[in-house]
Amino acid sequence: MENEAGALSRVAGLFSARGYNIESLTVAPTIDPSLSRMTLVTSGTEQIIEQITKQLNKLVDIVRLQDMTEGEHLERELMLVKLRVSNHQEREEVKRFADIFRGRIIDVSDLSYTLELTGSSSKLDAFVGNLGNIQVMELVRSGVIGIARGDKILNL
Amino acid sequence: MEITGAEIFVRCLEDEGVDCLFGYPGGAVLHIYDALYRQDKVKHFLVRHEQAATHAADGYARATGKPGVVLVTSGPGATNAVTGIATAHLDSIPLVVFTGQVPTSLIGNDAFQEVDSVGITRPCVKHNFLVKDIKDLATTIKKAFYVATTGRPGPVVVDIPKDVTAQRAEYHYPAEVSLRSYNPVVKGHIGQIRRAVKLMAQAKRPMLYTGGGVVLDNASEELTELTRLLNFPITETLMGLGAYPATDKQFVGMLGMHGTYEANLGMHNCDVLVAIGARFDDRVTGNIEKFCPTAKIIHIDIDPASISKNVKVDVPIVGSVRAVLKDMLKLVRGSSFKTDEAALAEWWKQIEEWRSMDCLKYDSSGPVIKPQMVVEKLYQVTNGEAFVTSDVGQHQMWAAQYYKFDQPRRWINSGGLGTMGFGMPAAMGVQLAYPDATVACITGEGSIQMNIQELSTLKQYGLPIKVITLNNGYLGMVRQWQEFFYDKRYAMSYMESLPDFVKLAESYGHAGIRVEKPSDVEGALKEAMSVRDRVVFMDFITDKEENVYPMIPAGAGQNEMILV
Ligand SMILES: Cc1ncc(C[n+]2csc(CCOP(=O)(O)OP(=O)(O)O)c2C)c(N)n1
Repeated sequence: MENEAGALSRVAGLFSARGYNIESLTVAPTIDPSLSRMTLVTSGTEQIIEQITKQLNKLVDIVRLQDMTEGEHLERELMLVKLRVSNHQEREEVKRFADIFRGRIIDVSDLSYTLELTGSSSKLDAFVGNLGNIQVMELVRSGVIGIARGDKILNL
Repeated sequence: MEITGAEIFVRCLEDEGVDCLFGYPGGAVLHIYDALYRQDKVKHFLVRHEQAATHAADGYARATGKPGVVLVTSGPGATNAVTGIATAHLDSIPLVVFTGQVPTSLIGNDAFQEVDSVGITRPCVKHNFLVKDIKDLATTIKKAFYVATTGRPGPVVVDIPKDVTAQRAEYHYPAEVSLRSYNPVVKGHIGQIRRAVKLMAQAKRPMLYTGGGVVLDNASEELTELTRLLNFPITETLMGLGAYPATDKQFVGMLGMHGTYEANLGMHNCDVLVAIGARFDDRVTGNIEKFCPTAKIIHIDIDPASISKNVKVDVPIVGSVRAVLKDMLKLVRGSSFKTDEAALAEWWKQIEEWRSMDCLKYDSSGPVIKPQMVVEKLYQVTNGEAFVTSDVGQHQMWAAQYYKFDQPRRWINSGGLGTMGFGMPAAMGVQLAYPDATVACITGEGSIQMNIQELSTLKQYGLPIKVITLNNGYLGMVRQWQEFFYDKRYAMSYMESLPDFVKLAESYGHAGIRVEKPSDVEGALKEAMSVRDRVVFMDFITDKEENVYPMIPAGAGQNEMILV
């Protein structure tokens, strides 16, 4: 979409005005600084998705739109999570989890480890679901970004 | 040579061919008003309320097909304009609305008369712009006209901060603009058009269902020719009236909530439905579950988002109505095309049987004036050639049912938003566009009071519209629903203390006539229509509790009409 003030609010406004659901939304400028790329995760029946696609295409600021789920694609989300680790056993456990899920510890304090994890949303969910007794102090997720597999690209 | 933003603004309008502008001044647009004062190419019409400016521009646009242009100040000027912008948005009318804004340095400071105009109007415009740099002013104005008038038309708002109108820059108005993110389609997919035409040839009980899109795209001629070649019955939505001549026998009347028996039963029983520039509005379809249960549906529309939005369509065709109809005509004129004439003859027999119910008949023998009769007489007295605007309510439905529009752009009403207060300012815009035409505003005593102040504007510019108030003393459409669905509990639908409309009109310098007897209706209308140089405000005291029939109650199917 056009990298312009107001473009994001047109998209958000469309979703709220028409009662569609936004599960996550990320947006950042592309290598062409006049364009931003937004990845938006939503859900609905086939008919609703069709309407969402058409309504988004109608917005003057949207340059090109692609439903990633129509083809093979890759999805990634980034999570930063601060876990309470008050003893040796907990620290070891968190390191083990981080290993299994290919996460990295990026900050430590007396009481906490902060981890960085990337993957599909379900992988991040699985990580959080497996923490057991480890207490989550704070958790931030970026929302999903996606790209098509192979040579296919979203071009103008 | 560098000129000011205000001067650039005026030059842009001039180069865009804008001959009239409706507006109201205020602090944020004073530089612009000063620039307007110092030229005489763009005429400015001063309304009495910004809502009326938008409706007047809208009426002008609907009657002429050209974009309507509005100029208002920031804050309350902009918010007052919003109802008119939303009205145009729901009926896809091309408007360009300029709103003044506080100086860029003050934006976001809760400055005097600051509102976020771009934010407030975002959901009810096709697009909007905030001009932050004088270098972008001319191009933005060009873009605004381009977006408003192409594809599915609609209102565009351009918000201009006061300092931008004072800064100086070279003037250059681009001859063309293009937006990489906005490329409306024109031509329909020929394969889809072939599929549609094949389906039409096989149809045994076809229906053409057409809407405002035909009017907006100036496709009446193509529609009329196609309809005649096919010999299919045709029905129109409230927004589509006039696209096909209403006096022709293939026309089965308006459809929908207050549509005719034959149109709605035709829809319900058809096997092929051809929807052209219509959007399956809930007032048309009734209960979606019960809509056209046996039909294969073809849908032609310029807006892909209108297709399969409410009703699943079998053959979607995205394209300009006119271009698609032209392509269809080529195929239908071809030697290999043939309709099923025997089946059509059967179908017409069935339709004539429904038509013989005469669902619009009413009894006018009593001592009180029937509102339907006023519209019928108006139709006769004006030879069906008037521009008719309306407000919203029962009178609007009677106007649509009893004035037979043979030409497009003659019937001007707020169909989508249903905005009371639309009629008189819209009539103002129409009369400005066509100074010699008869322009009648059919209204109710409720609606007319929503923009009654415009009587003053009409006087100032000598616009001789004819106001036809069907005065039933009630907010009639509300009362009708209360009669049917709330056991006649008439909550707040009776208005006491109505003004004496005759005296009121006179106090503004117009003529006023009150008509109370059925036998006086025709004479009064003739007299009023013969007055060419001033407004005549006609107050018809009509049957208080007359209802609009037929009626499909909300949520019912098209075959579940209340007839009388
Ligand atoms: C601005 C606005 N407010 C409220 C309504 C709801 N409404 C629809 S019809 C109607 C009654 C209109 O009364 P009147 O103008 O007297 O016309 P009648 O129905 O009696 O012909 C009302 C209140 C509306 N359409 N628009």
